[in-house]
Amino acid sequence: MTARLGLSTPPSLAAHHREFGRLPLVDARRGDRPGDLVDDVERAALRGRGGGWFPTHLKLRAVVDSSAARGPLSRSRRPVVIGNGMEGEPASGKDAALLTRSPHLVLDGISAAARTIGATDAFIAVHRGSPAVPSLEVALAERASSRIDPVTIRIVTPPARYVASEESALAHWVGDGEATPVFPDRPFQRGAAGRPTLVQNAETLAHLGLIARRGGAWFAEVGAPGAPGTTLVTVGGSVPNPGVVEVPTGTAVHEILARCGGPAGTVRGYLTGGYGGGWVAAGDFDQAAWDPDSVRAAGGVIGASVLWAIGELTCPLEELARVTAWMAGESAGQCGPCMFGLPSVAEDVRSLALRTADGVEFKQLQNRLRLITGRGGCKHPDGTARLVATALDAFPDEVALHLDRRCSVAGRRGTDPAGTLPVPPARLPGLDLRRRDFT
Amino acid sequence: MSTEPVGTLVLDPIRCDGRGMCHDAAPGLIELDEWGYPLLPSGTLRAPIERSDMKAARDATHACPLLALHIER
Ligand SMILES: Cc1cc2nc3c(=O)[nH]c(=O)nc-3n(C[C@H](O)[C@H](O)[C@H](O)COP(=O)(O)O)c2cc1C
Ligand code: SF4
Ligand code: SF4
Repeated sequence: MTARLGLSTPPSLAAHHREFGRLPLVDARRGDRPGDLVDDVERAALRGRGGGWFPTHLKLRAVVDSSAARGPLSRSRRPVVIGNGMEGEPASGKDAALLTRSPHLVLDGISAAARTIGATDAFIAVHRGSPAVPSLEVALAERASSRIDPVTIRIVTPPARYVASEESALAHWVGDGEATPVFPDRPFQRGAAGRPTLVQNAETLAHLGLIARRGGAWFAEVGAPGAPGTTLVTVGGSVPNPGVVEVPTGTAVHEILARCGGPAGTVRGYLTGGYGGGWVAAGDFDQAAWDPDSVRAAGGVIGASVLWAIGELTCPLEELARVTAWMAGESAGQCGPCMFGLPSVAEDVRSLALRTADGVEFKQLQNRLRLITGRGGCKHPDGTARLVATALDAFPDEVALHLDRRCSVAGRRGTDPAGTLPVPPARLPGLDLRRRDFT
Repeated sequence: MSTEPVGTLVLDPIRCDGRGMCHDAAPGLIELDEWGYPLLPSGTLRAPIERSDMKAARDATHACPLLALHIER
């Protein structure tokens, strides 16, 4: 069992240093250059764990290059680093687990990143009311008294809304107090207050904290070659012991499920990645490897590394309808195809789930999924369209039954409460995202 | 007539409020979707423009009161 991220060590700074040692400081006298970490991250082939699995060294380098292109900068124009601990995916729990159980590793990653890109301001963003706030407050107080960070790391608490944690929205919040996505989305060039801004997921930063100590080659010793290292997985749904587990990337899905007690009964499919992810039919998916390329090849999306098992007595189309309606309400309300398209799609999915849709309406749904993709200021509509499209692909028999006014679990429902996805109350698009909404 | 793109029409979907003046100015280039929002020929926010469509692209860009369209060369 490969556990690197310290989820079972006590969260104190002393315990953290006993477990991992101190974060090595860049020592100019030894000939270290801050940029050396970028090379190490490239060697590690670290890919971001926030959902997109984008190569981290490219982001670090983009920020370094865009601030170099501006020439000598005053302190207040230098880069900004933001740790993304928002975990907007309702079915995900990995970042909260990390921030409450191993906060110092994430903060080490922010420190190492700040030093590497020459950031003069550093933030950790967690949504308002998150259980991570008190644990970060304690951790940051410990760090302040032992002066281990090159820049002070501050906690920011944007509203708990799905799109507020998209990276341009986070940078917008930190710079201007507005948690709406920005177009074009290029925080590495123009992020918080126009400054080059690095946004990395909390788990990505924790891995960075380890790479800064142990090097890129060490990091890549485990995991799938295309996306090495370990990864946290939030396992939920029809399993006896749902929760967060750490596994090497590339671990077989059935092994991950086994860590949570194995499937509880017959599984008919999985939601992978989260609500911006994708559905797959059970089939032989439990043999698939949990890494971005393999999950994609199987029709899913590793995304935020959610693995949710849907039991035999749960109707996936009903689950889909509830989630789609929620996603529609989470639009920032800025772009037409998102603020009008998502509710239309949600309405079509609802008719399908309620078994009132006919072939014409189903065709309309398929057309609308194409129509809303690629036309938003951020990827929120694309993620939602993919969620719906993958469900239609994964459960064609259930779709056919519903178009015929039937449902495979009708009359048998209610015996499988574990299968239902967590869907927060629906809210109005755009509400709470602007500073003036709450001050 | 050349079919090489000579520029890219870019739509900022956040600025756009969908009143469709771009469509009125260049109906052959920009359609409106069922919600009244502009649909570029590419179906995305960026559409390569051939020389023969350049005038229409310029007309659409000039018609937009919100500066939501621009041409990148
Ligand atoms: C609608 C939307 C919501 C997102 N929510 C989160 C989130 O809650 N946490 C997160 O780390 N990334 C989220 N992302 C991805 C971020 O935009 C960004 O890519 C990520 O934080 C970068 O970190 P990484 O490169 O370390 O993965 C979201 C993206 C979109 C489009
Ligand atoms: S696509 Fe939707 S969520 Fe994204 S910026 Fe536009 S309105 Fe906001
Ligand atoms: S004229 Fe401008 S604001 Fe109006 S629909 Fe066209 S792009 Fe959008």
